[in-house]
Amino acid sequence: MSLLEVTDLRVSFPTADGVVQAVRGVSFTVEAGQTLGIVGESGSGKTVLTQTLLRLTPGGDISGEARFDGIDLLAIPDEDMRRVRGAQIAVIFQDPLTSLHPLFRVGWQISEMIRAHDKSVSKRQGRALAIDLLGRVGIPQPQQRVDDYPHQFSGGMRQRAMIAMALALSPKMIIADEPTTALDATVQAQILELLLELQRESGTALIMITHDLGVVADIADEVMVMYAGRAAEKGSKHEIFYEPHHPYTKGLLESIPNSSAGADRLKPISGQPPSLINLPTGCKFHPRCIYVMDRCVREEPPLVAVGGDGWHRSACWLPPAAAGLGSQAEEARRKVVNKARDGEAAQVAASISGSPDAEGQVIA
Amino acid sequence: MSVGAGDPPPQHDAGVAVGVPPGSSDAGTDDILVRVDNLVKYFPIRSAELFRRTVGQVHAVDDVSLTIRRGQTLGLVGETGSGKSTLARCIAGLIPVTSGRVWFEDRQITNLSRRKMQPFRREIQMIFQDPYGSLNPRRRVGSIIGEPFAIHGLASGADRKRRVQELMERVGLNPEHYNRFPAEFSGGQRQRIGVARALALRPKLIICDEPVSALDVSIQAQVLNLLADLQDDYGLSYLFIAHDLDVVRHVSNSVAVMYLGRLAEVGPKAPIYEAPRHPYTAALLSAAPAADPESAAQRQRIILVGDIPSPINPPSGCRFHPRCPKARDLCAEAEPALEPRLGDPDTHLTACHFPIEAGESLAAAGRRETP
Ligand SMILES: Nc1ncnc2c1ncn2[C@@H]1O[C@H](COP(=O)(O)OP(=O)(O)OP(=O)(O)O)[C@@H](O)[C@H]1O
Ligand SMILES: Nc1ncnc2c1ncn2[C@@H]1O[C@H](COP(=O)(O)OP(=O)(O)O)[C@@H](O)[C@H]1O
Ligand code: SF4
Ligand code: SF4
Ligand SMILES: [Mg+2]
Ligand SMILES: [Mg+2]
Repeated sequence: MSLLEVTDLRVSFPTADGVVQAVRGVSFTVEAGQTLGIVGESGSGKTVLTQTLLRLTPGGDISGEARFDGIDLLAIPDEDMRRVRGAQIAVIFQDPLTSLHPLFRVGWQISEMIRAHDKSVSKRQGRALAIDLLGRVGIPQPQQRVDDYPHQFSGGMRQRAMIAMALALSPKMIIADEPTTALDATVQAQILELLLELQRESGTALIMITHDLGVVADIADEVMVMYAGRAAEKGSKHEIFYEPHHPYTKGLLESIPNSSAGADRLKPISGQPPSLINLPTGCKFHPRCIYVMDRCVREEPPLVAVGGDGWHRSACWLPPAAAGLGSQAEEARRKVVNKARDGEAAQVAASISGSPDAEGQVIA
Repeated sequence: MSVGAGDPPPQHDAGVAVGVPPGSSDAGTDDILVRVDNLVKYFPIRSAELFRRTVGQVHAVDDVSLTIRRGQTLGLVGETGSGKSTLARCIAGLIPVTSGRVWFEDRQITNLSRRKMQPFRREIQMIFQDPYGSLNPRRRVGSIIGEPFAIHGLASGADRKRRVQELMERVGLNPEHYNRFPAEFSGGQRQRIGVARALALRPKLIICDEPVSALDVSIQAQVLNLLADLQDDYGLSYLFIAHDLDVVRHVSNSVAVMYLGRLAEVGPKAPIYEAPRHPYTAALLSAAPAADPESAAQRQRIILVGDIPSPINPPSGCRFHPRCPKARDLCAEAEPALEPRLGDPDTHLTACHFPIEAGESLAAAGRRETP
């Protein structure tokens, strides 16, 4: 049994402008001790998805199931949820100041969190534990820094303090939501290294949410690519980076400036992500997809196996042979697409290369 | 370095190049659009009490010299607070400099009066990181893009509208959206609005301060392609600030690496990326996550100790010494000069007493190495 098993999770928010369909049927599993990387553009639903697991999305209409260690996180009473949060599943946010209270000393906050879950810990013990944790996450002179306020810490140190807090109760799983996005490269490298090291030591499972494919390439075992509230593709890190099937995944990889390619022009994905209130018909990526077929405009593809041992899955009507970045895969895509495009899709395809926002294209 | 921010700059005959422009080599000085000589910018720190005394200085930019060539891109990288934006604003004449000079073509443009600076403001434009914050939300796009025409009294009425719509088309915006508000555009489109406005007066230099950092990768590529096309068509020069080293590598001809207000290394792109001399450049490059699992697995990461120190009291000697894996006693005592090292050509300058030699691995020299 997987540590976490999420099935058909849906979250929508009723707003004045209409219903925001933030998460539209996502299923995935996380194994103990493993790292799942979730990537996608901003607004693709990464944060809502994971916050919902901790029931931190008030106002959202939620359906689906999320079994963690046998219990359904979406069905248990609030009180039980409070015990799960922090103790079983800890969260690290992009901005540590959202979780560190500015008016209380860092060490005190860590200590109080431990004491809230374990009443037998005295204040003194709590403080000692806080010092120990701050030391473990690489804060220099933790005995002195334990009494600092959050603003006395640098960005990198605050993120370390957050990690210390996340580790405090030895959770089985940590959700890290863009934990290094606000940090400089050299500090980001320190923090990722720290997370990996701690994970190796403690066997904690990790969900790493990021829009940075570099971070995923670095630390994930499995990867889920999200687009418009759904999983576009899922697979091992190797499959996603070297055998991508979904045109969106392929587009993301190809739009990164790549030194070895040495090309003068980049290959962007044309257009922009859809509004979650007014989603396109069929495949939600079809208005931007250069492989769009008639079927894509009408029917939303399910997430199905496209190769490997069945764990590599993609939500795209292209055949399994379309997986890959090489010319063979491109041939396979072209062959299918040419036969499956008459009226509708042909028009969409034409509008993609002709639209003003397409490929940074220049109208002279 | 005693020239106050409000003082007039030291007098120099315009047109006479003083000293050797850093980075110059075979190409003549005609090739150089902007030259920065020993630029210093300190920000006073004032006490909170009534007579706000100056209690210290932020050494935001401390003795930086560089050149920007015509039609080329100089990439500027460095961690937060290293002084990139401050340097950019000094070059654009948006803030007075503490000392040093900025030359534009053959004219000295440091600390000019508003009126004297006016013609140069047309030649030097800026694009900022935040496509949300840098556009006035209550003004229509047409008026935002047309603002430079209004300020410089260059076009009005139907003529202005026509020229704005031409610009909109040029940057890939629908000219029919002339009357829309910024909020009605996506992040990438807002950045195009900023580009159109910067382009309005046909500048020679555009300073891009993190122009794509806030954009998702697929949209980022659209904007980078647009900037490249405009450079080709109009012979623009760019000073391109970014923290994404892959992006900088893609767009730049030369790269300058800043650390705590100083240049650590500057030179043509290839040697900087392939054989960096300065330990900080090497660390920065090794820290950047590559979007490729195999190279990520092979890479020898140099994990630096600690954070970038405060620019209020920068470390003695080499400012990088508290974090440098190669630091020795000399580094804390003497400031290394920015000069060609180990037989490098005079286009490639490094400020380090113990520059990295060919084949040397810093990950092994590290105080704390990674497995
Ligand atoms: N108006 C100001 N008053 C005082 N200090 C300032 C001012 N502007 C900048 N600084 C300081 O100068 C230093 C350099 O800042 P600058 O904005 O140039 O850095 P940067 O390299 O652009 O950083 P980032 O990557 O975060 O944009 C910083 O320590 C900053 O806090
Ligand atoms: N409380 C809310 N009410 C309405 N819309 C919301 C709410 N929270 C999130 N959303 C919307 O849900 C979508 C997904 O958001 P999010 O999960 O934060 O994206 P990501 O983390 O992938 O950038 C966005 O369009 C966002 O604006
Ligand atoms: S289903 Fe069709 S439109 Fe969607 S990604 Fe696949 S080919 Fe493109
Ligand atoms: S001068 Fe010394 S401390 Fe500075 S970068 Fe070189 S080796 Fe490191
Ligand atoms: Mg988010
Ligand atoms: Mg800046």
